[in-house]
Amino acid sequence: MGPILIVLENGAAGVTEATKECVNKAKSLAAQLGTTTVAVGFGKQHVSDLRRLAVTKVVIASGGTMDLYNPDAYEKVLAEIFGNVKPYLTLIANTTMGLDLGAGLAGRTQTPLIAYGIDIEEQDGRLTAISQVFAGKLLARVPIPEDGAIVTVIPGSWPADNEAGDPEIEEWTAQDSEAMRVLRVVEPEQSDIDITKADILVSVGRGIEGPDNLPLAEDLAEALGGVVSCSRPVVDAGWLPKARQVGKSGQTVKPKLYLACGISGAPEHLQGMRDADLIIAINTDESASIMDIAHFGTTADMLELMPALAERLKGG
Amino acid sequence: MQKAKAIELDIAVVDGVELNGSWNRMFEPRVISEYDLSVLDSITQIPGAESLGYCYQCGKCTGVCPVDTVGDYSPRKVFRRTQLGISLIDSPDLWLCTTCRNCLRVCPKEVNMINIMPAVREQAVLEGKAPDELLTAFENTARYGNPIGESPRKRADWTKNAGVAVPIMSQRKAPVDVLWFVECYPSYHPRGKEASSALARVFDALSVDYGILGTEEKCAGDSQRMAGERGLFEMLAEHNIKMLSKYTFNQLVVTDPHAYNAFLHEYPKMGGEWPVQHYTQFLAERLNQVHFVKALNKRVTFHDPCYLGRHNGEYEAPRALLAALPGIDLVEMGHCRETSYCCGGGGGGMWMDSFTRDYASERLSERRVKEAIEYGAEILAVSCPYEVPRFEDAVKSTGHDGELQVMDIAELMAYCMGLNEALVLH
Amino acid sequence: MRLAVLLKTVPDLVEELALDEDARTLLFDEMSYVPSEWDDQALEEALIIKEESGAEVTVIAVDTGDVDTMLFTALAKGADYAVKIVGDFDAAMSNWQKARVVADYLGRGDFDAVLSGVQAIDDVDGQLPGLVAGFLGWPHASVITEVRVAGGSHLQLRQEYAGGLVAELETVTPIVVGVQAARKPPRYASVAKVRQVAKSATIDEVEADVAEARLAGVEYVRPVAAGHAEMIEGDIDEVVDRIVAILEERNLLRRA
Repeated sequence: MGPILIVLENGAAGVTEATKECVNKAKSLAAQLGTTTVAVGFGKQHVSDLRRLAVTKVVIASGGTMDLYNPDAYEKVLAEIFGNVKPYLTLIANTTMGLDLGAGLAGRTQTPLIAYGIDIEEQDGRLTAISQVFAGKLLARVPIPEDGAIVTVIPGSWPADNEAGDPEIEEWTAQDSEAMRVLRVVEPEQSDIDITKADILVSVGRGIEGPDNLPLAEDLAEALGGVVSCSRPVVDAGWLPKARQVGKSGQTVKPKLYLACGISGAPEHLQGMRDADLIIAINTDESASIMDIAHFGTTADMLELMPALAERLKGG
Repeated sequence: MQKAKAIELDIAVVDGVELNGSWNRMFEPRVISEYDLSVLDSITQIPGAESLGYCYQCGKCTGVCPVDTVGDYSPRKVFRRTQLGISLIDSPDLWLCTTCRNCLRVCPKEVNMINIMPAVREQAVLEGKAPDELLTAFENTARYGNPIGESPRKRADWTKNAGVAVPIMSQRKAPVDVLWFVECYPSYHPRGKEASSALARVFDALSVDYGILGTEEKCAGDSQRMAGERGLFEMLAEHNIKMLSKYTFNQLVVTDPHAYNAFLHEYPKMGGEWPVQHYTQFLAERLNQVHFVKALNKRVTFHDPCYLGRHNGEYEAPRALLAALPGIDLVEMGHCRETSYCCGGGGGGMWMDSFTRDYASERLSERRVKEAIEYGAEILAVSCPYEVPRFEDAVKSTGHDGELQVMDIAELMAYCMGLNEALVLH
Repeated sequence: MRLAVLLKTVPDLVEELALDEDARTLLFDEMSYVPSEWDDQALEEALIIKEESGAEVTVIAVDTGDVDTMLFTALAKGADYAVKIVGDFDAAMSNWQKARVVADYLGRGDFDAVLSGVQAIDDVDGQLPGLVAGFLGWPHASVITEVRVAGGSHLQLRQEYAGGLVAELETVTPIVVGVQAARKPPRYASVAKVRQVAKSATIDEVEADVAEARLAGVEYVRPVAAGHAEMIEGDIDEVVDRIVAILEERNLLRRA
């Protein structure tokens, strides 16, 4: 059986959490299957991190344009290393890089791909990938074929591995891409809040009662690392700008957490947020429509609960 | 000084009739004819929009236009702006009209916004210039047969909670007296479903021999037509006519005045001609069979739906039903019957709330709710499925939650007939 | 510039997914299908490029069911040609198989760029644009929010990363692009126009053999919890405890 290959992604402060999560899973699977783990890192900027990864071997691809992510250059060098390592299983976090490299590598190397993995189970030496499909409405259980597969993994699926190790290091010289060039990288503008891009939304409805209570929501959103959105009546009342409105006539959002505070859940609102990964509804009416699509609900008073929750989150 | 030269004929002969113009000839071009009228011409050349050019700026429409009371829109203004070169196709004015027909009622020149609006909107839709939220409603209707984007397979699901058996034609396999065309909001909207259940109970109590199309029904499409999607309307009409033609029935009964309008005036042009009644008309004819067992004891006012009243002249049937309710204290608002206000949902307004919000100081529904409150009403009775959600929302947003209930006439009847425990079925 | 846009239909989530819970299989014949929303974005971006630089747009779909309406709609919106790849296909056809037949077709043509939705709700065995690029050995970039023709045979792409970071890429052709979002919301094609196109335009049919699927024994199950919300009872402190625990379990608390 070939090793388990992890494709490492560079973040601002070292290898990203999502790839460390893959390292963690790769290690436990390798132990169960009796095989080794190989990680591929790109560029030299986090090389000291790479040298301390708790894997069997790290292949460091450098030279050319490796210090800056280039979809084409990375895919080509990854395909070369893949051919050399001959892994049984390859794990790539499902980020932009994972979307580039996962399917590209699968097609190039004729290796089956399983997308949107959230777990991999081992039983009697056989692996089954669990994949989240149809907007989270179904899970696919996919037996990993005997000749192996590539799995792209949704970030947050496993705990990150922060153990220090002393891996074997292999240097790999990469070529420049002839096809693609990175012209520039642009930092996001901070001025506008785009609620469609937020992972966490604290969304307020009529239950907020008035603009004076909005700081409670802002405070909670900050504690959660999210932003405040709202239902139509709040925009109509002029308490929040139109850009914050979720629903049929506002934005359609698919955050990881949608905390609906004092929103009863008009069909027009549900249309804009029903695909959120996790919906928690705070509403005094247990029979409000929002409760039919929320995963969790409480009838607690939102004006009491929001500050209490914010305080707990800040207090640690 | 040169003598002024007449630029019009002294005498013209038209179809053999001699018209003497000598008393009123134009000697020099007047300021009014110095406009570049190409933009106005481009609009009045659109088939259906010709009458915009007839406007002579008397302003009678502005006095009665419900939109003008909350914003800066009326047919007179539309004409003037277009005359000055602002194309209606690019103007927000195009989407503010609810096709309530109040302007046409008073217009001496018969400038007909009911024809102008769909015609010009159709052009705008073709050019990709319609509000996004409206296009979403069109797409939903095309894909699912309802503007809300609900599952077409669930169109008859409301019947499961109706409390009485609701016969579905495809299962019933026998002729019926009445085919009840339920429509979208009564099939899917939570409050619409409650009104539908109430109406089903009333039909049941009156032993009406009826059936519904269930999942074979699609939106009648009249508001989509008024909002500029004639092709969509035709597709829906073809479908509904095909489905209705499969069954034998004596007449149609519709919940929705917009559907009533379509079945009365538009479907016959496409080969779908059946006697049709709004449910208030159908029930008003059967009032002598109705046994009321409970008194309402509430002050009630009634909002005339534009498409039942002004468009189709029915003001009496809903009032007859209301007047028959035991213990009702029925009051008329200042704007009633021909001069009724508008809920803002017609002509596609139902699907442009966010768009229109930017051009109005308040919603038409909010204004209407305030009027109902002024008259001391405890219940605002309605008979159009757009209205319950619109007015209920307005009751909350105007801060009158708990003071005014919005009820479909079918719900009030079911209550007084002892078919509903409470006013609202939950 | 010749652009190909790959379109596909996916099960409509407005309806319940037809799942045989005992056999853990999807009943593909019992579901209704809609165009994949990301493909709509890809088509829009292609049409914007056409308007800017006179590119020619060909929409391509594999005949897995009723794809004609989707292709006619694309023509009504402004695409120049429509191609339907036909064969012994059905709605259960996997992305891998679709990518195989599409790549074979594209490899025989002379397209400069291929655009498709960056993902779809059903791509358990990989995203179409990446697989197609891999099969063809063409460069590929995903999560693209803008494609512009930059003189001659170059394209400029805007690629988005987590946290709003954006890169501008310059690429030669041919290239495969996974579109996340077009620069403008997808345009609307009026029903009358689609119906008129359906009467007058033709869809080119190209025959292909079905390729072998690479994953076997895929089972589908519903995730636990659905229906009414699980109610959190207790006083404010207890509710706070429970919410924090839920967030912790889902990895949604800020890492210190």
